Amino acid sequence: MIIIDADVVTLSRLQFALTALYHFLFVPLTLGLVWILAIMESVYVMTGREVWKRMVQFWGVLFGINFAMGVATGVTMEFQFGMNWAYYSHYVGDIFGAPLAIEGLMAFFLEATLVGVFFMGWERISRIKHLLVTWFLALGTSLSALWILIANAWMQNPVGAAFNPQTMRMEVTSFSAVLFNPVAQDKFVHTVSAGYVLGSMFVLSISAWYLLRGRNIDFARRSMTVAASFGLAAALSVVVLGDESGYSVSLNQKMKMASIEAMWETEPAPAPFTLFGLPDVARRTTHYALKIPWVMGLIGTRSLDRTMPGINELVDDAKGRIGNGIQAYDAMLMLRRDKDDAQAKATLAAHDRDLGYALLLKQYVDDPRRATPADIQKAADSTIPNVPVLFWAFRIMVACGFYFIALFAFSFWKASTRTLDSQRWYLRLALWSLPLPWLAIELGWIVAEYGRQPWAIEGVLPTALGVSAVSTGQILTSLGGFVLFYTALAVVDVVLMLKFARKGPDGLGIWPPAIAAIPSDRP
Amino acid sequence: MLDYATLRVIWWALLGTLLIGFAIMDGFDFGVAGLLKVLGRDNEERQVLLEGIEPTWEGNQVWFILAAGATFAAWPMLYAVAFSGMYLAIALVLLALILRPVGFNFRGKIHDPRWASLWDWVLTGSGLVVMLVAGVAFGNLFLGLPFRFDDDLRMGWHGGFLDLLHPFALLCGLVSLGMLLAHGACFAALKADHAIAARAVAIARWTTLAFAVLYVLAGVWLAWGIPGYAISGPAATAGVSNPLYKQVAVGGSWFAGYMQYPWFWAAPLLALAAAVGVQALVGRRSVAGFIASSLMVGGTIASAGFALFPFLLPSSLDPRSSLTVWDASSSHGTLRLMLVVTLALLPVVILYTGWVYRVMRGRITLEQVRKAHGGY
Repeated sequence: MIIIDADVVTLSRLQFALTALYHFLFVPLTLGLVWILAIMESVYVMTGREVWKRMVQFWGVLFGINFAMGVATGVTMEFQFGMNWAYYSHYVGDIFGAPLAIEGLMAFFLEATLVGVFFMGWERISRIKHLLVTWFLALGTSLSALWILIANAWMQNPVGAAFNPQTMRMEVTSFSAVLFNPVAQDKFVHTVSAGYVLGSMFVLSISAWYLLRGRNIDFARRSMTVAASFGLAAALSVVVLGDESGYSVSLNQKMKMASIEAMWETEPAPAPFTLFGLPDVARRTTHYALKIPWVMGLIGTRSLDRTMPGINELVDDAKGRIGNGIQAYDAMLMLRRDKDDAQAKATLAAHDRDLGYALLLKQYVDDPRRATPADIQKAADSTIPNVPVLFWAFRIMVACGFYFIALFAFSFWKASTRTLDSQRWYLRLALWSLPLPWLAIELGWIVAEYGRQPWAIEGVLPTALGVSAVSTGQILTSLGGFVLFYTALAVVDVVLMLKFARKGPDGLGIWPPAIAAIPSDRP
Repeated sequence: MLDYATLRVIWWALLGTLLIGFAIMDGFDFGVAGLLKVLGRDNEERQVLLEGIEPTWEGNQVWFILAAGATFAAWPMLYAVAFSGMYLAIALVLLALILRPVGFNFRGKIHDPRWASLWDWVLTGSGLVVMLVAGVAFGNLFLGLPFRFDDDLRMGWHGGFLDLLHPFALLCGLVSLGMLLAHGACFAALKADHAIAARAVAIARWTTLAFAVLYVLAGVWLAWGIPGYAISGPAATAGVSNPLYKQVAVGGSWFAGYMQYPWFWAAPLLALAAAVGVQALVGRRSVAGFIASSLMVGGTIASAGFALFPFLLPSSLDPRSSLTVWDASSSHGTLRLMLVVTLALLPVVILYTGWVYRVMRGRITLEQVRKAHGGY
């Protein structure tokens, strides 16, 4: 029996969280900006106006810097499951590996192969072909997000799989259930829309800065118009689908939902929404709660009469499931000795959905069957995620979402009335809003992933059990390497982004054409 | 409908195909990067070399990502044991891979010779690291790795990074290095300005010769110096994916498979014949030379895979825990689904990759580079 080192768990989680959050600084910008490029290039092909091509080329430079960072940091994610989460990889690889492999085949190959032609193929292929390349590049990035989110959604809602005691792992029973996981669909639209909002904000903010400086006026106005329309649609979609996402969380991750709301006790239906308050973990209460009646029940259950369970009730449920899980665990051990033991088979079949709850005990006791009531209480309490972090992360994210709708709606109106550069306060607001989508997106992932703790796979595999047999020294070495490399790359990335944004289309000689179009083959 | 054992063999072959695909497609990028400072004598020459691989290296690298992803999906235990066991070696490769996308993209973004030179070193270093470590890791497979499973199939590993540096494994690292440098040189001979290509031809000849000598040496060492593994008794080819259900005997020969299936010899013979082909062709017909070096890469990897068969990852600590084709795969359903998906999508990938190479074809000349500073 191999004892799991708590420091290895903490360091593995820290490394995964840092590298994933870092990776997702670049992914959403790629996701959003590439569609803006596709829109701009479509306008170019339809109208034949050179300025639109130059817009694609200019924003393309910034896209390229960001794309490289996204690719570089994405490799880490693909490797890290095996490096740091070996037991996880063994336990669920049968299901989880498939969408990752399909992502490579269907999406990453497409985007990585076409990106070179996007940048270097302008003179080598026709306009239409280049436009197609850009569209397929955009399609590739969104497909990539789709498959990754199908994998992630399975971690939140592990459908279509069953435990096999002989191989000690989860095995697939229905691929279509994994593929059409309702959580995956909500997550996909919510996440790519968030990327579209970020891409739009990026173009909007930098263009606003040009207008503030009185540079690249035509170029910036056109860019802002595209960003405002695309951004408004995306912001609406991110909030509406965020709500849909909330609804699906309430169906299969009741503890996450209750923790986001800091809802300690089950409230009579329809439950109120706590707008503000100070969650107190030790006393299991929320001080100074400002509650809006009915709202939570409506969002969470889409009804007026169904109740949503509170944290305390869910902890009690967990205790019951741990009891069932212990029976399943016992049956599993009997099956290991005699794979045809009919009674053990029946017990396992009855309780295998609670097996993961018995595994929660492994942090306290080697054999879950020997757990004391105190161990069981501890394991049940451990199913509560970090309530204050979820409570605030969620609220800040949602507030940002509504702000984006307002800002893009206003921008859309200004673009429609051709008054984008009439008010400097608006341009400043647009400029300084730049970091907000990043904030909202990172907080969204914190809600989704930190809110799933203590589970790696909801109800199936505790995070602590998923780690590899590596030493703290090894993880500290790799973590040190990542911190060093990632910090250096972040500095270079920001320096290059600022350099090229500051230079602008005029400084780079991309637009106006008087500077740009000096034929280079003249003797 | 394909049975479980057949699917496992198909997935073993597909894993090999992906690894060979990676080594051929991404291998020449690594090789060119590793030779950057030797082939390119000044900034412009190095720019020629880099522009030769810039439009396509990113797609090439997906072969590696895909090989890792497909291993995760089809051979989850192999993925888990290899990546966590050889932790620091994999971390080293990972850090090297992280530097490549940014290296290619950022190098030309600031016009300063010191900046370009910094990234030249980064690309050279990352290329050398990946080529060496990949070979060392492969070599360790024949030596067995120090892991064992407990009854929950949780792996324990009893060894460190330095244990991987066995002389035989280091020799395999050099085989890999020689092979991919030669492959990279053949690509440069095909793609770069004639002045650089002439240099590449000479280097391709020397590295191919070095590769062939080291490869034969490694083969001799493997035959007489390294004990082989074998499954005791008849293998349960369609059995449960649980390595602990079998017994393994250590002490035989890694060439047992070659005796049983003589057609296995086609792979090492192909590798050596292709090495001769490189010598003969690289200077006269660069396309044929590059095809020869590709065959050399494919033959070499296949010959190693054949020797290991049916083992994927032997365990030196507890031979019973060794991962084999028959007990480390995904479930029947997953293998079947992934096969269908791969057969449907991989030809499409090859199709558009081919199109991209056609669009970006042609030698990169010094004159071109002088005229236009690349748009990347």
